[in-house]
Amino acid sequence: AMEDVSAKFVSQKISRTRWRPPPAAALQPPDVFATGSWDNEDNRISLWSADDLGNVGLSGECHGEPHLLCDIQHNGDVMDMQFLDQERIVVASSTGTVTIFRHHQNNQTLSANHRWERAHYHVDQDTSCGGAACTGVVCNNPEIVTVGEDGRINLFRADQKDAVRTIDNADSSTLHAVTFLRTTEILTVNSIGQLKIWDLRQQRNEPSQIFSLAGDRVPLHCVDRHPNQQHIVATGGQDGMLSIWDIRQGSMPVSLLNAHEAEMWEVHFHPSNPDHLFTCSEDGSLWHWDASTNVSEKPSFLHQGGRSTTYLSHNTINQSVVSAWLSNDPTKDRMEITNLIPNQTLSVNSLDVLGPCLVYGTDAEAIYVNRQLFA
Amino acid sequence: AAVPTQVVPGADPSARQLCFAWGPAEVLVCETRFGRAGGSRSPSRSRSRALTGSVADTGEGAPGSSRVFVVRRDQDIYIQTLRKLFNESHGIFMGLQRSEEELAGKSRKAQLVQVSKNYRSVIRACMEDMHQAAVSTRDPALQGQYSTQVSILSAMELIWNLCEILFVEAAAAGPLLLRLLDWVRLHVCDVDSMVREVLSSENPSKHKLFWNVVDVFVLQGRMDEARHLLSKEVTANPTSMNMYKILDDLMKKMPMPSLGNTQTLTELELKWQHWHEECQRFLQDGTFASNPHMESICKILVGDEDAILEKKELMTTWYHFLVTRLLYSHPTVKPMELRFYAQSSMDLFLGGESSPEPLDMILMAAFEFEMHQVIKECSIVLSNWWFVAHLTDLLDHCKLLQSHNLYFGSNMREFLLLEYASGLFSHHSLWQLGVDYFDHCPEFGRVYLELHIERIPLNTEQKALKVLRICEQRQMHEQVRSICKIMAMKALRNNRLGSALSWSIRAKDAAFATLISDRFLKDYCERGCFSDLDLIDNLGPSMLLSDRLTFLGKYREFHRLYGEKRFPEAARLLLTLMTAHIAPCSFWMTLLTDALPLLEQKEIIFSAEQTYELMRCLEDLTAGNADKQKFQEDDVETTKVEMLRLALARNLARVIVKEGTVEGS
Repeated sequence: AMEDVSAKFVSQKISRTRWRPPPAAALQPPDVFATGSWDNEDNRISLWSADDLGNVGLSGECHGEPHLLCDIQHNGDVMDMQFLDQERIVVASSTGTVTIFRHHQNNQTLSANHRWERAHYHVDQDTSCGGAACTGVVCNNPEIVTVGEDGRINLFRADQKDAVRTIDNADSSTLHAVTFLRTTEILTVNSIGQLKIWDLRQQRNEPSQIFSLAGDRVPLHCVDRHPNQQHIVATGGQDGMLSIWDIRQGSMPVSLLNAHEAEMWEVHFHPSNPDHLFTCSEDGSLWHWDASTNVSEKPSFLHQGGRSTTYLSHNTINQSVVSAWLSNDPTKDRMEITNLIPNQTLSVNSLDVLGPCLVYGTDAEAIYVNRQLFA
Repeated sequence: AAVPTQVVPGADPSARQLCFAWGPAEVLVCETRFGRAGGSRSPSRSRSRALTGSVADTGEGAPGSSRVFVVRRDQDIYIQTLRKLFNESHGIFMGLQRSEEELAGKSRKAQLVQVSKNYRSVIRACMEDMHQAAVSTRDPALQGQYSTQVSILSAMELIWNLCEILFVEAAAAGPLLLRLLDWVRLHVCDVDSMVREVLSSENPSKHKLFWNVVDVFVLQGRMDEARHLLSKEVTANPTSMNMYKILDDLMKKMPMPSLGNTQTLTELELKWQHWHEECQRFLQDGTFASNPHMESICKILVGDEDAILEKKELMTTWYHFLVTRLLYSHPTVKPMELRFYAQSSMDLFLGGESSPEPLDMILMAAFEFEMHQVIKECSIVLSNWWFVAHLTDLLDHCKLLQSHNLYFGSNMREFLLLEYASGLFSHHSLWQLGVDYFDHCPEFGRVYLELHIERIPLNTEQKALKVLRICEQRQMHEQVRSICKIMAMKALRNNRLGSALSWSIRAKDAAFATLISDRFLKDYCERGCFSDLDLIDNLGPSMLLSDRLTFLGKYREFHRLYGEKRFPEAARLLLTLMTAHIAPCSFWMTLLTDALPLLEQKEIIFSAEQTYELMRCLEDLTAGNADKQKFQEDDVETTKVEMLRLALARNLARVIVKEGTVEGS
């Protein structure tokens, strides 16, 4: 229910929110998350503690509102952000710089640990060169891959000063996001509606596969891969459409699902419950997509949004795999979608889900934490 | 009221008048002595608005050199802690605009009162944050700033609350007094610490401020608390038991207006009259004569003005005095009678010792139901537009401001919203909020948005996309074109032809798409290969945006066919590019040269008819260029033409032989 959501106005527009990954064997829900801001004169990386609701603070007035642990100034807009491990966060900047920040948990401070200045840049006709926004970053410790407005792909190692590999002009249009497909392969999406697979073992500077949207080349803004079934990929586009791709076959999406009314900024499969997917958009909405096959056995939390719950017919083409996202069995082929934010007006730029917890941030300068997503 | 003045730095005192002119956006230009040394008059930006603006930043420079003063329209917009106020109230504002006007009567009023309360709770939350900030900072200057902000916010809430009672809720006689009591209890906090100190002391009745606290409770009409405290005194001092019982009984019996409809005003007035007489009797009897504290309390109960005024320090403000006076003399005061009591209360309380301050004047205007005066005074005194814009909008939704049109165009609500939103747009990151406010200004909002949105700096594509979305949703085609053009130009400067092309495709800007296509073709001619194949191979329907783009796509298709050794198809396409005039004339020579290897193939590719067409193309080209010196003098070109003619002739010969043979057999 809505009362499980705690909000905090933070006086900065939030571009990214990320849960800190819990220690390997931990069973408790995540408790710390990071945020990055954009479009401020002074942008910041901040770490927040999202104390459990029952966990009353020292002053006795804790209502589960996130509280600031520490923050640090960041040069440029935070374009993307990813935890490398429990202590380090990799941040992509609009200046083209990629920085690793370290969180010192003993004295609650943040410091810049390593920095690749102008990892992304333009070669200007007149002047020498200027930074180009780094739009996406993905980590698989110790490897870090970044993409940018310059169409460049960089592969870094956290412990190495120089890039391990750079593909200049990998894309002639802007690369908007990147994610790992397998340990040596990455997926990128760009501003002309293409999804590309790159094999980093190969020395050729070309993608091993290109998928694209038919018709108008609507830009793609985000991409995520199914955590268990690696051939299933979800992307979100400028028109708010959710596309599901089966990268084993075809060059077009398996299904196109109408969702948001404006840019879809992020899409995330739930890491441990991948029949659930979450998307957020410039139109100020955050959707929970439930593709678990049997509608009647739905847990009740799905009805929490009440009036905004809708069913969509799943427009599938392919049927070879038994996956909720690819299935086209007409009797089960329904998807339940719930808008988790009624009445929001400004963009929801980012979201992250982990365990029972959801965190998201908006252009209305607020961060929201829902700790009982599946309650 | 006196208009605050602002010294214009560098104004020439010998000049008889100072002339101002508006520059772009927030700039007000005037002539100053600065820069005369250099022989040029330098514009000095001065305050944009004589009332609330301020010179926020001065350019550095030696005396006499040119200076620029950046003026901020709305100073408070830049206060970090207030961003919470702007963002949260934006949500409330939007909710109010969406709210159902068809809700009739009571439920509509309840809805509006709730909106008003929401606004106030945001102000209070901000006040608490600011207070926390003031407490936790060690910098005394900062602390001073925060404290000032706290008092400004507190005044804003005080005024808003009164407006809520009088205008939004429009409380009627009876409930009106209860609301005013709540208002006083909420806002007169100076005595709170004293109350806490006494209540938490080991033996309150022995505390030196004990009777002060009892008085505070009585003055605020907090009867239960007063009686509770009094009971402590009597246990410590049993001799006054009798007196206490009488006073306690009087306090207990005091008739109060009720919020429900359980009693009529007449009933209340009767009961109250009866009670009042009873109090007076005890006073005249001298029942409390032996205890001056209790006597003074009883005097307050009968509404004795002098007795109440004696407690001036405990009330701290004239409006507390007003409400106490109403409570004990005119509990059924009607809204329209307030102005009389308010004025006399202020006069009595200030007693000619001090003159009313701006806040007093604003509250007085509210008690007089002069809504426009309230808004006007607030505009003058407060250093932000937030307050007046939101309050006015709310009052407008209460249908209280409709008849008031301003002589300068739009109505007051819109005028104030435009000012507030313009302030938001001048801020580095709050501009997004401004958009929705402009949307709800029917007369000039659109024009303001168009002018402001073009000034948003577009440092990343992401930001450009957000601005673009705002424009597209509002069918602002001109701005969409301009943003895409700016982004396309940037991409072009950065040699990102692919990005440049996608921006011009988004704006459906054919001219720019042509320009970029020409760059692609030029690059091809220079380097002999295409860049950005991933884009050109995937143009799709957008290829039709401009002829040149179509040509680019088709020409690339020719290369692909040729690469795949699909020669007849390639040849057909190549010819069509010229005969259907898809290719620009300047490119024909390149196309014809591309035909050369096809003509030289072992197999015959071009039919006789096609060869004739190729020849005509070549002749058209050379004839068309005949008058151009260059064509004839350029040896390379001449050689090319000769080679082509030769190849075409040979091909024609082969074809004739072949076609003749086939037909003949």
